[in-house]
Amino acid sequence: MLLLAPSGGGKSTLLAALAGLHDPESSGRSKGTVLVDGRDPRQARLRTGLVLQDPQSQLVMARAGDDVAFGLENHGVPRERMWQRVDEALAAVGFPYGRDRPTAALSGGEQQRLALAGVLALRPGLLLLDEPTAQLDPAGAALVRDVLARVRGTTLLLVEHRVAEALPLVDRVVVLEPGGGVVVDGPPAAVFAEHGAALAARGVWVPGLPVPRRRAAGAPGAAVLTAAGLRHPRLRSRLPDLVLRAGEAVALTGPNGAGKSTCARMVGGLVRPADGELAPPLHRWPARALAGFAGSVFQDPEHQFLSRTVADELELGPLRLGSAPATARRRRDELLARLQLEHLAEANPFTLSGGEQRRLSVGTALATRPQLLVLDEPTFGQDARTWLELLDLLAGLRDDGAALLAVTHDEAFAEALADRTVVLGGEVAPAGAGVGSGAGADSAPAATVPS
Amino acid sequence: MSLLGGLAVPEVADGRLARRNPVCGLLGVTLLTLALVVSLDVVTPLLVLGATLLAVPWSEVPVSRLLRTARLLLVSAVAVGVTNALFGTTRTGEVLLGPITTGSAETGLAIALRVVAIGLPGILLVAATDPVDLADSLVQQLRVPVKFAYGTLAALRLLPLLAEEWETQGLARRARGVDAGRNPVARLALFAGQVLSLLVGAVRRGTRLATAMDARGFGSGLPRTAARQQVVRTPDVVLVLACTAVGLGAIVTSVLLGTWRPLVGG
Repeated sequence: MLLLAPSGGGKSTLLAALAGLHDPESSGRSKGTVLVDGRDPRQARLRTGLVLQDPQSQLVMARAGDDVAFGLENHGVPRERMWQRVDEALAAVGFPYGRDRPTAALSGGEQQRLALAGVLALRPGLLLLDEPTAQLDPAGAALVRDVLARVRGTTLLLVEHRVAEALPLVDRVVVLEPGGGVVVDGPPAAVFAEHGAALAARGVWVPGLPVPRRRAAGAPGAAVLTAAGLRHPRLRSRLPDLVLRAGEAVALTGPNGAGKSTCARMVGGLVRPADGELAPPLHRWPARALAGFAGSVFQDPEHQFLSRTVADELELGPLRLGSAPATARRRRDELLARLQLEHLAEANPFTLSGGEQRRLSVGTALATRPQLLVLDEPTFGQDARTWLELLDLLAGLRDDGAALLAVTHDEAFAEALADRTVVLGGEVAPAGAGVGSGAGADSAPAATVPS
Repeated sequence: MSLLGGLAVPEVADGRLARRNPVCGLLGVTLLTLALVVSLDVVTPLLVLGATLLAVPWSEVPVSRLLRTARLLLVSAVAVGVTNALFGTTRTGEVLLGPITTGSAETGLAIALRVVAIGLPGILLVAATDPVDLADSLVQQLRVPVKFAYGTLAALRLLPLLAEEWETQGLARRARGVDAGRNPVARLALFAGQVLSLLVGAVRRGTRLATAMDARGFGSGLPRTAARQQVVRTPDVVLVLACTAVGLGAIVTSVLLGTWRPLVGG
């Protein structure tokens, strides 16, 4: 069963309640009852399994086998049968290594598979999955979906933005109403045929809906930044030579672990390259000069927040760069309007929804009017509505003459926005060539350039 | 991807000392340390240090790893020794160099030796012990509460992630145009702010981890079983006895030589 709801629709709360991790007495407003096997979920806790988004904060032990055994130990499984069940669970998720494999040496997709093994070893009657592939690259997400497709004899409750990929796994779709209640409940084909457009408007990724293209209208302008032969110890190979021009959006793709984030940080002047030339040499500039020239948007928006309110956050950059308070306030108001955050001006940035945080993080980078904007996985874990807003926002910036570099494994986003795609560890692909879909295993840095 | 992935990968501890029961090792080290804490002379730590160094090849702990673990200990021993040689109150004997006399150099050397002798057995045990084995053994032999032992273990796993987080936060501040330049006060304020964000982030991550652990039945009140059994075997008892013998032997030898100076009543 697939559970859909717009941001703030209460999916995560419902999952926590079903998992028996929700204490009705401590959470103030709760209405209605949740029953698992006809019992209070807290009594049925051992019958349910829960897998969350972030693989890093689900693994407990340093070795793969020990981690799977952790749940079995808690369930009081006798030692004689323990390791057999560990091995069965590891085999069931197609875990490619032995029990002694250090969990820290696994890729995100492998870690998420291991987390699934840890839950499946407990033979849950109800398996709850909270966007289990949201933080994985396409290859890692495919690994996890492969495992889910093979799970038998368990009720699967999946929360997922990316509906198209999840549909083969489910035979029922339920859409929640923010504030309580069920909007639709039925087989996937019927649900999307009848309510597709309405769901899309609410931020649900409806399969088959066309994605708008926002390529640059004119030819790019002068070069804003040139990177030649950049190297870094964290990179498996050299960053392909790169010229970023005004009014151009470039996508940088490549498999997990190839060092895409490090590239973004080098180009953004945050990390010193070990070798090669960056012109202008942003990495040697003081922070203020850098912020006036290049803005960086991090994968996790919360890393960028330094102020107590949204309004202060947007004024911070201009004030640091020496703008007069009145000028900074004007810039702030402009951005609040452009990012549709006016109603949240006095809110704490950490309390915003995922989509609002993403918009604000782009806003903080824009506040100093940089000529270059470097974004690291900007669409990570975003719902369809935020995705489209982000596309519009970035396309607008590019059309206003900014140079954009977006590190992304979101093929649809690269396809919709980028005028050019650079594949890390490979060659430069012309616009429209896309990225070889599902681009192989984590270990293959090679790129495909269809002719 | 983990930027500090290398830091997060635990080294697989194997060897004679690694195979011993961690709680027994802990007991042995405690006894040795106790013998040294009550002795203020030079002979006792010298003997214990000699025995510890002889135990290094037996332990099968790679010397490179031992040195890496002992780095801080060695640096502080040198620092303490030099400080005492320079500024100690013992101004006896001939002047060697500036304020250093043969008497103050001797005192400095003796204190540095004591620091190394007290610290090294523990360092050797830490370098040999797998934290998972230690947690298992604490729970199984010492009946340490499960929540404490495995909760700490899980938190330990998050440390490399925190190091990564710290780096990212520093870069994010630079990207926002925030740096201290050469102003030490601004640097301190910036540092304090970043420590606070790191702590907030750590609490959030810890809460998520705790949820995932609870969802797998941690702290459900069921009787818990152990996947990895830690038992006390004869060699573990021998290890404790050997540590006792070395500690007592060193003190007795020093007493017989007439050099022993106890901590109290000397």
